Amino acid sequence: MTKAKNVAVEVQSAVKRYGSFTALKTISLAIQDNEFFTLLGPSGCGKTTLLRMIAGFETVSEGAIYLYGEEIAKLPPNKRPVNTVFQNYALFPQMSIEENVMFGVEMRGKSKAEARKRAGEMLELVQLTQFANRKPSQLSGGQQQRVALARALAPEPKVLLLDEPLSALDLKLRQAMRFELKEIQRETGITFIFVTHDQEEALTMSDRIAVMSAGELQQLGAAQEIYERPHNMFVADFIGETNLLEVSVDELNNGRATCHLGGSHALTCNEVAGVNVGSKVHLSIRPERLFLSETPAEGESLAGVVKDNIYIGTDIQTIVDLNQGPQMVVRTSNSDRGNKRIFESGASVFVNMEMGAARLLAD
Amino acid sequence: MAGGAASGGSAQTDTFKESRTWLLMPSWLVLGFFILIPVLMMLLYSFLTKEFRGGVIWEFSLSAYDQFFFDRGLFGDEEPSIEWTYINIFWRSIWQAGAATILSLLIGFPTAYFIATRPAESRQMWVFLVTIPYWVNLLIRTISMKFLLRDQGPLNDFLMAIGFVDSPVHIINTDFAVQLGLFYSYLPFMVLPIYAAVERYNFSLSEAAADLYATKWQTLRKVLLPAVKPGVIAGCILVFVPSLGSFLAPDLLGGAKNFMIGSLIEEQFKGNAGNWPFGAAASMILLSLVMVILMISARKSNKGGEG
Repeated sequence: MTKAKNVAVEVQSAVKRYGSFTALKTISLAIQDNEFFTLLGPSGCGKTTLLRMIAGFETVSEGAIYLYGEEIAKLPPNKRPVNTVFQNYALFPQMSIEENVMFGVEMRGKSKAEARKRAGEMLELVQLTQFANRKPSQLSGGQQQRVALARALAPEPKVLLLDEPLSALDLKLRQAMRFELKEIQRETGITFIFVTHDQEEALTMSDRIAVMSAGELQQLGAAQEIYERPHNMFVADFIGETNLLEVSVDELNNGRATCHLGGSHALTCNEVAGVNVGSKVHLSIRPERLFLSETPAEGESLAGVVKDNIYIGTDIQTIVDLNQGPQMVVRTSNSDRGNKRIFESGASVFVNMEMGAARLLAD
Repeated sequence: MAGGAASGGSAQTDTFKESRTWLLMPSWLVLGFFILIPVLMMLLYSFLTKEFRGGVIWEFSLSAYDQFFFDRGLFGDEEPSIEWTYINIFWRSIWQAGAATILSLLIGFPTAYFIATRPAESRQMWVFLVTIPYWVNLLIRTISMKFLLRDQGPLNDFLMAIGFVDSPVHIINTDFAVQLGLFYSYLPFMVLPIYAAVERYNFSLSEAAADLYATKWQTLRKVLLPAVKPGVIAGCILVFVPSLGSFLAPDLLGGAKNFMIGSLIEEQFKGNAGNWPFGAAASMILLSLVMVILMISARKSNKGGEG
């Protein structure tokens, strides 16, 4: 198939079985050279299994994995030119920081002097030069994380694998590390494969995201694509917040589908393959694409009553019971700009939406 | 940025602070009565004069130590020269105990590693299996060993049956038999501390090493062994020290010419031929030797364990 030079890792119909349990069901994907690629999904979705198969810690039950066109599925981990940043860092406790970073370079057959020089460069990259002689236990979590990164980058891997590297850090540090990681990826030009269950992390850092669930690839695309045009219910629900409404399709016309959602409420939205008149399907509408008004605005407008307002700092979340219909959540940005209004609970309102906000999902 | 995050030491609580002295009393009493006082008595006896029917005469003398290290001829009036007999017995004891320790390490380490890498539910069972032989008395086990190893014993029958050898291999009454006996006597003391250390070992370190291009052997040498070193040292001490003073295995399996310190000391206190001060002096020399070994290894494992 595609053996193009710009493909860093190609996973071809890879299957992973543990006894009778199938952890990974026939996954195929191609990761581009120089890409920040994220495997995103809830725990147990198979993302870490796939990463460990690329690293060589798990055997491939079926299928093949190519690294720059070369089949690597049968190679042991120490023969694969990829390096891993482990979730718990896995720094060698009895070695100093410098020795940790030198380890991979030395094991690749470089001299001690060369390894030391390279370790110096890497520690400079992660700004830990002054800690070279400390032991890992003498560093904070964030520092250990950076040592793990330096150690994995030192042997100049073709691809860097990162297994939930930020999950053990606290929020502020995690946010700072996102930028640092992205920066380092740009600077080094190495392909990063990043595993996370944190959708915000995935959205902010990745060039492309593969959303996984239950051992299957749900959707692959750029952050915006996945957030704005989710393929199915799982992706719409897992990435960000959304109103998932069960609707039935009344009419299909010119690529637009008219659906009703209980009561007399009707909406038009994009048409999806496999949806026919009468189909019961799901509709996803992001809360921030909705706004409230006293009188119906132009376009789609649904009447309802405010049930509650929830203050979340950046936004105010309003829960609206549609008249004889489902509940909807509307997000209003917490600022005085624009003509936004917050309605008290009990107020009769109209829920309005921007063009194209309603997405019909193929379940 | 300042210094130490999570040093990992056990937090000392103040729950029992007030009653600490009283709670420690039983241990202090046992240690005092059964270890400290006997050792002091031994030290005292080693500086007394021997009584010919066993026992001592209460008269200060250095003759026990003198007899250990110096040869002054049959009547004690010749120019003193170094007495090699006892030093040689000590030396061969160290060699025998050392060989038994290395044998235990070579067999015990893979065993411990095997157990520690089993699923958590079955580990208990493996540990139990390792300890089963130790429900039988040491004397009986050592005598059984003698029957297993002798020329017409099951081991030789087996070796001849599979055609590995034509005539019985002579094992009994050799150094090797003693080493085997010691190895068999103390193997669990090697397995258990190493098992405990390997069980605590973070196996993602081995994965990290493999990920960083280390071969299996390099991973073992540079990552696993340094991490479990305290367990290995503890196991070696627990096998070496009792082997050094052991007298059952050398007596029963080694024959008359494979004398070890344990047997030498035992003989001084047994029957009428004994020489109590000399036995006590030999014990004190053995004790000092063991203390030196322990201190060296304690210093070594401290160095490895810090950080």
